Amino acid sequence: MATDDTNRRNLLKGAAAIGAVAAGSQLLPGAARYAQAQSSAPIKIGFQVHRTGIGAAYGRWYDRTTKAAAKLINDEGGINGRPIEIVAEDDGTDPKRGAEVIEKFATKHECDVAFGTLFSHVVIGSAPRAGELKLPYFVVSEGHHVASGMLNRYTLQPGITDVKSQVQSMAPWVADNLGKKVTMIYPDFAFGHDHRDYFSEAIERRGGNVIAKIAIPPRETSFFKYLPKIPKETEVLYHVMVGPGVLTFVKEMGEYFGDKRPEIFGFIDSLEAVDITSPGLEFLEGSHFWEGYPRYAGKDQSAHDKFYREAVGVDDTGASLSDPKDVSTFAHMFGCWETLHILKAGMEAADYKGPKDRQALIEAVENMDVFPESRAHPQGSKLFNGRTHQAFGHQHISRVEGGKLVPVHKTSIFDTFYEDETDYTKMSF
Amino acid sequence: MNLLDYLPFDLPHPALLAAGMLEGTVLAAVLALTALGLSIVFGIMRVVNVAHGEFYMLGAVLAWFITHTVSGIIGGPPWLGFALALIIAPLIVAALAAATDWLVLKRLNYDPEATIVATIGILYIIQQLALTFYGPDARPVEAPFDFRVQLPWFGYSGYKLCVVGAAILLMLIVWLILARTKIGLIMRATQYDRETAQAFGIPVDKVYAGVFALGAGLAAIGAVLIVPIQQAHYLMGGDPLLLSFIVVILGGLGSLKGTLVAAIFIGLSDGIISTLYEPTLAKILATLLVAMVLVFRPQGLFGARAA
Repeated sequence: MATDDTNRRNLLKGAAAIGAVAAGSQLLPGAARYAQAQSSAPIKIGFQVHRTGIGAAYGRWYDRTTKAAAKLINDEGGINGRPIEIVAEDDGTDPKRGAEVIEKFATKHECDVAFGTLFSHVVIGSAPRAGELKLPYFVVSEGHHVASGMLNRYTLQPGITDVKSQVQSMAPWVADNLGKKVTMIYPDFAFGHDHRDYFSEAIERRGGNVIAKIAIPPRETSFFKYLPKIPKETEVLYHVMVGPGVLTFVKEMGEYFGDKRPEIFGFIDSLEAVDITSPGLEFLEGSHFWEGYPRYAGKDQSAHDKFYREAVGVDDTGASLSDPKDVSTFAHMFGCWETLHILKAGMEAADYKGPKDRQALIEAVENMDVFPESRAHPQGSKLFNGRTHQAFGHQHISRVEGGKLVPVHKTSIFDTFYEDETDYTKMSF
Repeated sequence: MNLLDYLPFDLPHPALLAAGMLEGTVLAAVLALTALGLSIVFGIMRVVNVAHGEFYMLGAVLAWFITHTVSGIIGGPPWLGFALALIIAPLIVAALAAATDWLVLKRLNYDPEATIVATIGILYIIQQLALTFYGPDARPVEAPFDFRVQLPWFGYSGYKLCVVGAAILLMLIVWLILARTKIGLIMRATQYDRETAQAFGIPVDKVYAGVFALGAGLAAIGAVLIVPIQQAHYLMGGDPLLLSFIVVILGGLGSLKGTLVAAIFIGLSDGIISTLYEPTLAKILATLLVAMVLVFRPQGLFGARAA
């Protein structure tokens, strides 16, 4: 027994020694790399992108917008004199893979920050890991989970507004212009639940109410069976759908209602990356949409909007310059552009040099309050709440007229405010 | 007093019931075609084809390529592209399936366990190839014709009703082939006893390749019919695979009559339960039913007890 024990102890010692040697040999190139990082090595931004899975169309455009913004930032001298490098990894629009991607950014690629996630379930699946790894995580998701206090100090959403502020600024307009009895159709996960909860509250404050709530499982491919659940007395049908089935959804609504339809108010999420003139969508003529950023450039187009569209490669109808059938996710993807510019401003304010300055970066962003309309913020001015890590901005309502989205209403930023639900700055790092 | 007042539950609104039955019938029709393919392959070859759903997906994706080429590039009418897709897509899928049989299944000697693992591999290969060459987007295929049928409560797609008719016609043809032609006789002989069939000069290898091709082709036809309703997407094979398995297990592996009855039962109950309650509940009940059948009647409702 004794010899066995000794042998095992020796074995363990040997293993430890090998480990130490291995660690030591890793130390040298690591140190060399760090010395270089002080000067000109790129700042690595891990880009968690929905290249496949149900978010693929969004991912394609988030990717193009991110590349365009990175190119602009690099052309203008990078951040603190260092270029930025976008390290893109596909998360498959899947929360489990999302967390793995965050892990890879932190350990394998040694990224300075992670950025770019859209789908709320992926954000919710990834943010805890980012917090554990102390990796700043800048999401472009519009979910309310950042401002609700559900996530952590390392997760921020400075480049896009959240669902709660979007729907509460829409509700008064819907109640005043379309009708007060609303039926909601939404996807059955966090993003859809945000819509359900905050729109219901907001429309009730305006004297309306939600008479039916129809939740649709995220992978559903046929929607007709849900439509008979819409009560006859519905005045406004509120829809927000995402994923590969949205065209089918609108087509089946058209078949179901024919020409006797209620007023329809949708979130453009239902038709992001979809050509409004696609066959079957004629049914949407005269219906209204929320848009985070109007897809069709209006008569009073700003110089910043013009510059942004050119840089990303999008024309005045929100389609790709190289293929008019390739329609962008215009109402959302600006968030990537704006977030990267905020990251640049934050890193410059914090005099960011490397991962040891991650806390300083987060504090610098938390200290920001106004993002004026500019080339860095082409969608418009925004106010940032450092306590809740969430930006607030203008929202738009457009009407489908002649197969185009025509803006009819723009909210003020103040319409989108709500009381703080958390204070991340009180949380330790 | 109205007799209905004594019912312990509320009667569903006729509009809900009608929508559920319509959706259920369309599902049943396409499911019957798809599950029939799976059932024939198992019945004759004793191969559990896990890649069946991917042959279905491939049918839909090819339909997109064909209709896109015809109407987008050549400028033909939608019905022409669709008609071509309905013929060409299943043929391509069938040819691919025959090649798979020759390249993979035959080399495994149709060993039941090995073929399950092999078809799982084929599933991923086809899915990833579709992702690589077709991309991650869901793309619509225009229906060959479209008219709206107005019912008392709501309107319904006329195309969907025609899908039901087409599926019934196709199943009749398959039944005629199996029951009334020499090819069918050879297939049945092979199913009954492989060695004896071979001894009588039946080219069993060719029969197997043909059967595997027919099974995949049926899935592809089902997909071409459904794609104007659902859009083609590289992940669309999962649901039909699961439902086909449910149908085939319920009906009895290898029993065509059982497959048909189970497809109608599962399709209608899925439609009605989804409409009246929750779609998830429909899936839960179907899976529960499969579990019960496996426990109490493992050969399925119409299956013959294994010798």
